[in-house]
Amino acid sequence: MLTVRINDTDYQTDVTPDTPLLWVLRDMLGLTGTKFGCGIAECGACTVHVNGKAVRACSLPVGLLNGRPVTTIEGIGNDPLGQAVQKAWMEIDVVQCGYCQPGQIMSAIALLRDNPHPTDADIDAAMSGNICRCGTYLRIRQAIHNAAGLIT
Amino acid sequence: MRPPVTAPTSRRHFLTGATGLTVAGLLPRHRAFGRPSEFYQGPLVGETKGAFAPNAYIRIAPSMVAGDSGITLILPNVEMGQGIYTGAATLIAEELEVEPDQVNLEAAPPDDAYVAADMGTQATGGSTSTIFEWTTLRQAGAAARLMLVQAAAGQWSCPVSDCITRQGQVFHTPSGRSIAYADLAADAAKLSPPKDIPLKTAKDWTLIGRSRHRLDSRAKVEGKTLFGIDIRKPDMKHATVAACPVMGGTVGGMDRDAALRTPGVHAVLVIDNAVCVVADHYWAAKKGLDALAVTWNEGTNASVDTQRIYRELHDGLSEPKPVVAKSTGDAAAAMARAATRYEATYQQPLLAHSPMEPVNCAIHIRPDGADVWVGTQVPMWARDSVADIAGLPKNRVQLHCQYIGGGFGRRLEYEYVTQAAQFAKQVPYPLKIVWSREEDLTLDRFRPAYVDHVRAGLDARGRIESMEFRVIGPAVVARWEPAGLSPDGFDEDLAAAISITPYTWPASRLDYVRREAPGVVTAWWRGVGGTRGLFVVESFIDELALRAGADPVAYRRELIREQPRARVVLDLAAEKSGWGTSLPQRHGRGVAVQFLFGSYLGTVIEVDMTEPAQVRIVHVTVAVDCGQPVNPDQIRAQIEGGMIFGLGTALFNEITLSNGRVQEDNFNLWRIMRMNEAPPVDIHIVASTETPGGIGETGTAAAAPALANAIAAASGRRLRTLPLLPGLESA
Repeated sequence: MLTVRINDTDYQTDVTPDTPLLWVLRDMLGLTGTKFGCGIAECGACTVHVNGKAVRACSLPVGLLNGRPVTTIEGIGNDPLGQAVQKAWMEIDVVQCGYCQPGQIMSAIALLRDNPHPTDADIDAAMSGNICRCGTYLRIRQAIHNAAGLIT
Repeated sequence: MRPPVTAPTSRRHFLTGATGLTVAGLLPRHRAFGRPSEFYQGPLVGETKGAFAPNAYIRIAPSMVAGDSGITLILPNVEMGQGIYTGAATLIAEELEVEPDQVNLEAAPPDDAYVAADMGTQATGGSTSTIFEWTTLRQAGAAARLMLVQAAAGQWSCPVSDCITRQGQVFHTPSGRSIAYADLAADAAKLSPPKDIPLKTAKDWTLIGRSRHRLDSRAKVEGKTLFGIDIRKPDMKHATVAACPVMGGTVGGMDRDAALRTPGVHAVLVIDNAVCVVADHYWAAKKGLDALAVTWNEGTNASVDTQRIYRELHDGLSEPKPVVAKSTGDAAAAMARAATRYEATYQQPLLAHSPMEPVNCAIHIRPDGADVWVGTQVPMWARDSVADIAGLPKNRVQLHCQYIGGGFGRRLEYEYVTQAAQFAKQVPYPLKIVWSREEDLTLDRFRPAYVDHVRAGLDARGRIESMEFRVIGPAVVARWEPAGLSPDGFDEDLAAAISITPYTWPASRLDYVRREAPGVVTAWWRGVGGTRGLFVVESFIDELALRAGADPVAYRRELIREQPRARVVLDLAAEKSGWGTSLPQRHGRGVAVQFLFGSYLGTVIEVDMTEPAQVRIVHVTVAVDCGQPVNPDQIRAQIEGGMIFGLGTALFNEITLSNGRVQEDNFNLWRIMRMNEAPPVDIHIVASTETPGGIGETGTAAAAPALANAIAAASGRRLRTLPLLPGLESA
């Protein structure tokens, strides 16, 4: 049995340790806000935070967590920065299909945590690992700037 | 077996009357709205005793929960990012007089009541939703409102002229009394629908034409929206599949024991051309599939490669007996007497849809019925297919439409639902099948590759006398909806941008050589005809302009002089982009003008080609006249996103085959435009009171020609083959 700490709750799981965190979240725990996009860390749809850093859950074996806490889109609304980013996303209606957006939001929050006032170039560098097939990038960039303005 | 595709004509009686608007050959007719038919036996959200359901789009029930209006809108089109839930709710709410965020939204079940006659079935696609629903949904709202007012007047024993409606309530103006719609439901349900349904005039609109927030934003931002892939049911097991990577091949050998020894694996299911591994979770299923080590009988398509597909298309250039699809004037005579002639050949690749949500289907087949939870653009066909496979009557199959994580035409196909049913009928429990990204890309049904040839006959002053177009490629409609193929074998969708265009050709001929691609199934992709046709026409017009030494905007303006709406968007895009002002060295601007999906666009793209084998897109300017805007901010969102989708596709994307197998199998090989590559897109909406046009695919269509024209302007290099980047790199 492995113990994983997700959104401040401990869960037990009996999957093999090589199982990517993504499938523990989605299929074993029912935390389906984290999305499957590619399985090879190319699209960012599965982005979560491990110890506050953005990580691709599709490529992180759950056995390598070693007790480090995980935050998913379901838990990020408890964080003031998470709230600010989600609010910024809603205010300018970033989403279209919405499938990639939990991953985009988790990447954006990790960026803003390290760099509260990113430039366009900083945003490009941090966000280019997240694909949006609907093409919402322009609003994502604007929402990150707006969220930076909301942070005091 | 093909499912039936036509609704009983009796359901079309209530609202008929063409708008006169032709979109890619589709002539929208307003369909009947009625009550959900006998096919739908599932629970209706909010349906309780005394519910008022005046038509298929509205249900108002006595409110049982504090804060719940009791009002549910049933949305005929699926939401896959295009914002149609918000748009459709706006149309109904405008006439019903409710606030859109005051209502519950529910996806329509598969039902004849929601068949758009010109789609042949209940379908969402081709930027048609707002066009088809514009009148229907407003009338649905208006009819319900009239009945609620009548019910209130009955309760108050007053004339209906004493009643007004606002925000889900009827007010008695003399006394100031009010009553909520939910509290009128029981009385309204006893009334007959009105025969005369007047609609508000534009000056009375409070919702239509104003930018409003999407109704699905919050749930999507919080990760709470359930897409098909997120469905969970009691006792459900997780599965993944592999089909023969060569089309037409079958399953050969496998190591079933190795798969079953994989921890977490429960079963290996086999059908003719595919296998399915069932497990406790997706990863176990995927490991089991790897261990299964399936071999395939690949069949005759194992020799297909991309070069053969292109060769067969190019062979069509010399086909002596094409279908003559459209003809105006005496094109041949005009061509014969032309002072000069100019011709060009264009090539476009196979394309995958690759929505971010991989193909999936959750399904439970039981002896007495079935449930399917799936994102589909064609819910009736998907349901009928499950009924067929399961040997169940259609009314025993409940299909629950889910939010879709990107469609782009992929979910106008339902073969993944058919496949899921073939596996699910072998097990007693609910099964959720999720395709790997590799399966999603390589087993996609692809946008066809095309070769187009265009020839212009010009007079001594370089003016167009005659245009000849030849389109060579598959007829998607022939498989998707055979009745849509013209008697002489033309796929009308292919006329979009060529014969349905803002241009007036003095004489023209469009002929068609049908060449179905070996080794792949071809399908709709972001409104096939318009997106592919516009690249050909707008590239060629640009070539003619440059050849005549004319300014590309001025040249187009002269050709579209009889089309004021097209001229306005062209001029506006030119003005806002600074067309004609000086640019840095090796920068260039390209233009495109279009009438597609019932909307007009003018587009100008500026590129920087300081690095000769690369292109940096500096800026995109779009002017759009899509008729009466419903939600201007969502029009902008669709054009921004569609443009970026189209630019990435035009630069990077080509599906290739080698030995019958698709080579681009994940996002490392199938390149999607990313944030650092996405240019700013400025959008200018022309005020209009014309009937709304479609918007979803318009930006995607504009991208490739405007970009190719910009590259030509910046570098002098005319690229006639998509994608563009390999052409630049091969210089």
